[in-house]
Formats: sequence, structure tokens, C-alpha cells
Amino acid sequence: MEEYGVIIIGAGPAGLSAAAKLAERKINALVLDRKQEIGCPKRCAEGLGLGWFRRLGLKPSKEWAVMPIYGAALYSPLGKSVVLKAKKVAGYVLERKMFEKALAIDAVKKGAKIRLKSNVKSARRENGNVVIDVNELGEIKQYSAPLIIACDGIDSRIARMLGLDTTNKLPDVDSGFQYELTGIDGYDEKLLHLYFGNEISPRGYCWIFPKRRGTANVGIGIAGYAEKTAKYYLDKFIASHPNLSKGSIIEVNSGGIPVGGFLEKMHSDNLLIAGDAAHQVDPIHGGGIGISMEAGALAAEVASEAVAKNDFSEKFLGKYTQKWYALRGNQLKKRLKGRHLLEKLSDADFEYLADSITADDVLKIASGDLDKKAKFILFAKKLVKRPGLVKIMMKYL
Amino acid sequence: MGVKVNREKCCYCGACVAVCPKNCIGLDEVRIEIDNSKCIDCLACIRMCPVGALGKIEKK
Ligand SMILES: Cc1cc2nc3c(=O)[nH]c(=O)nc-3n(C[C@H](O)[C@H](O)[C@H](O)COP(=O)(O)OP(=O)(O)OC[C@H]3O[C@@H](n4cnc5c(N)ncnc54)[C@H](O)[C@@H]3O)c2cc1C
Ligand code: SF4
Ligand code: SF4
Repeated sequence: MEEYGVIIIGAGPAGLSAAAKLAERKINALVLDRKQEIGCPKRCAEGLGLGWFRRLGLKPSKEWAVMPIYGAALYSPLGKSVVLKAKKVAGYVLERKMFEKALAIDAVKKGAKIRLKSNVKSARRENGNVVIDVNELGEIKQYSAPLIIACDGIDSRIARMLGLDTTNKLPDVDSGFQYELTGIDGYDEKLLHLYFGNEISPRGYCWIFPKRRGTANVGIGIAGYAEKTAKYYLDKFIASHPNLSKGSIIEVNSGGIPVGGFLEKMHSDNLLIAGDAAHQVDPIHGGGIGISMEAGALAAEVASEAVAKNDFSEKFLGKYTQKWYALRGNQLKKRLKGRHLLEKLSDADFEYLADSITADDVLKIASGDLDKKAKFILFAKKLVKRPGLVKIMMKYL
Repeated sequence: MGVKVNREKCCYCGACVAVCPKNCIGLDEVRIEIDNSKCIDCLACIRMCPVGALGKIEKK
């Protein structure tokens, strides 16, 4: 049995970020992933806002920050648009395969170890440690560590093996599907394009995230409980856009997105949970790359304190959950309501909003700086003819 | 009863794993395994699947 200071399960953004931080603190860290290639297959539209580059200390590299983005265009069901465009770069679309490999190389340079094709089949507590059984390229191996950081993505089975119920409830997950299309055109490649409407995408949106000239991630996220599949809606959307349907598919991506809120408890004895596994995703747009990296780093920080104190108790590790809510969770919780707004709006509401709300208004609302009264004044002024809609907006935004 | 997977359709994304309240489904990198002995026929996984790869096993 091999022993480590900390074992991280999952070599996604959360796990790799935790590994780098642990290695920086000279902790003997091992990352295990069942995949045979880091970053592949992607389950992601690969958008990352500039704020995250700043917060995470990332410098955009040509290798993986492949498309600078200047804003977004939001479309109503009938195709009216509200365009939010800045003069400066607002974010990038990544090549996640390359991005995650760069993260892995960085973590290993700092001293972490990574093993792929290593599927963790079971985990149990034994004499103050966690022992895991791993199928590594067909061979069953055992590893042990006093602390596991579960970064195993939406499956989140590792925490469940260790007694914490991390199951997502159906209304709390979005069902996502995407094609990377090439040979397409007819959209501004400096913008992300988001298409709303109940017929187009129930409770969610369709997107075009430009990746290279003529190539983009074209995808959809819909409520997990929707009767028809995400693929059905996406195929319909593409078929109705000749500029997209003429393209060819160079990747098929599928995935669930835990948009319904966060685990109350992201720790227990010998265990921390970070990233999608802890449902740490923005409830409105479903972005999780930045959030999971930040959480992975925070988990590593608490883990290294636990190693220094040799205390892996639930009580001590509770610090992580607490710190995460203070740093990010409480702020994200407020955005949960915004997701429900999409459930309440009819297609006629979307049209009316596209007619009356300007890009400036959207930015003001999204900034979170408006208090209740200021919001009411804005909505009441803009949505004069639809007092019912003002009520809905006030309740959910 | 329980559920079955169409392996040609499945994109092995793990979304079904995430919503199964009985932990019946596991993803082995490119293949899901279903333990129907624990299945309670809640159909959450079928609804969730982005591509419609899962279906009910009908009673014979
Ligand atoms: C369709 C779609 C579009 C998205 N678009 C965006 C976007 O544009 N921008 C954005 O920021 N976010 C987006 N997201 C969300 C983002 O992809 C996730 O939030 C992010 O990948 C979470 O990172 P993670 O490290 O927590 O998990 P993951 O990246 O899922 O990594 C988990 C890893 O754990 C491994 N693993 C799981 N179980 C085991 C086991 N038992 N043994 C060994 N290894 C295991 C897996 O193989 C995997 O590599 C999107 C998601 C979807 C589904
Ligand atoms: S949700 Fe569907 S596509 Fe994804 S792993 Fe399960 S059966 Fe396969
Ligand atoms: S029907 Fe329910 S219990 Fe059965 S496998 Fe699907 S999610 Fe699990």
C-alpha cells in the first residue's frame, strides 16, 4: 500500500489547482484520475471571464486562451438582441484540453504526482486514514492518506463512498449538450451568443462560444427535468440556423451542470470536497472552471493546516466549508434566485424585455450594485405596460 | 424493473450518476455500469440524460 500526505481524486480544474497549492507547501500529494487523457473529453463550453484570470493569478497563454471575447449578445425567442460589448477583452474561450494539461504540468513542476487511468472504485476509513482501492490500468492497487480531497466532478461518488450524500436533485441540475462545430459563420466572433426562450431551451439557453475563426462551441443547458432531451433542443436550434447547420461536428460533448445550489457541508472526517463534486457552480450561467479552481486552492490551504496540526477531524476541516461560504458561497447563493427567473418568464416576456431593456440596464442589474428601491424604479420605468413582469423581476432578481 | 443503457448513444458524461438517489450507476471512464438491484425506478437518470441513452427495462 502506498501512503501519501493528501490524495486528490479527479484531475480537473479543482483537483489540479489543489495539487499545485499542496505541492507548493511541500505536501506529498497524489492526484488520481480515471481518464486516459487530461482535459479530454471536455464537458464544457470553455468560457472564462477575465475576473477569474485576476483572482487565480492566471496569465492568458496563446496555447490555451484561444479566443479573446469582448462581451455577449442576448437573443429573445424571435431573435431581437441586446448586445453588451466592451472595448477591452472581457474574457477568453479556452482550449480546455491544453489548459488542463498546462495546469497539470505546473502542479507536477511544483512537486505533485499525477496518475491517469486510475479509477477509484471504493474508499473507506481505517485507523484514522482513508484507504482507497484503485483500478490502475487493469491492476487493483491500494493507497492510503489521512485526507482525501474529492474533486471528482458531477459524479461525486467519492464523498458518497465516505458517507456524505452529494446526490443532485433533478430540479437542481441542468442537462447539457454541445457540438464543437467548424465551417460556420454569421455571428460576431468577438461575442458570446446566448439564445433564450421556452421553446428554444426550457429554463436555460442555447449558446455559441466562438473558439477560432469559423469554429465554435454550440451548445445548450436545460432543466434536468425537461421532458425532451438537451440533444433534441440543440439539434432543433441548429437546424433553424442555416449558418450553423452547414457546419461539421468536430466534437460531441455531453454533461450535467449542478446549478441548484451548494452542498451545505463540504467536509467530513478525512474528507474535503471541491468543484462540481460540491456543486460549486454559478447558478445563473453554469460556469464552474474559475469557481472550482478557487475552491480547490482553498481546500488545499485548509488541508495543509490540517497536515501541520495532524488534525483531520470533521470539526477542524469544517473551516473549509465556512471559509468557502464567506469567500464565494454566500455571494453565489444570492444568484440562485436568478435561475428561477428563467423558469417564470414566458416567451412573450422575453420579447417584451428585449424591446424595453437596454444593454446598460442589464449591466446595472448584473453588477449587483442596485438596491431594491433602485431596481424597482428601473423595472417600473422600463416595464410600464407589464406590472406582472415587474413583480416577477423584483422577486427573482 | 430498472434501467438499461444504449451504449452507442451514451457519451459517458456521468450526469445520470449525479442524480441517482440510490447510487446505482457508476462511470468507468467510458462505460456506465448500472446495479439494478438497488434501483427504485424513480426515472431521474432517464430524464437527466442529455442524449436519451437510458430507458426503462419493461416487465416481461
Ligand atoms: C455542457 C457544459 C458547458 C459548460 N460550460 C462552461 C463554461 O463555458 N465555463 C465554465 O467556467 N464552466 C462551464 N461548465 C462547467 C465546468 O465544466 C465545470 O464546472 C468544471 O469542469 C468543474 O471542474 P471540476 O474539477 O470540479 O470537475 P471535472 O472537470 O469534471 O473533473 C473531475 C475529474 O474527476 C475524475 N473522476 C471522477 N470520478 C473518479 C473516480 N472514481 N476515480 C478517478 N477519477 C475520477 C473525472 O474523470 C474528471 O476528470 C460547463 C459544463 C457543461 C456540462
Ligand atoms: S447521462 Fe446519458 S450520456 Fe451521460 S453517462 Fe449517463 S447514460 Fe451516458
Ligand atoms: S431509475 Fe432512479 S434509482 Fe434507478 S438507476 Fe435511475 S436514478 Fe437510479
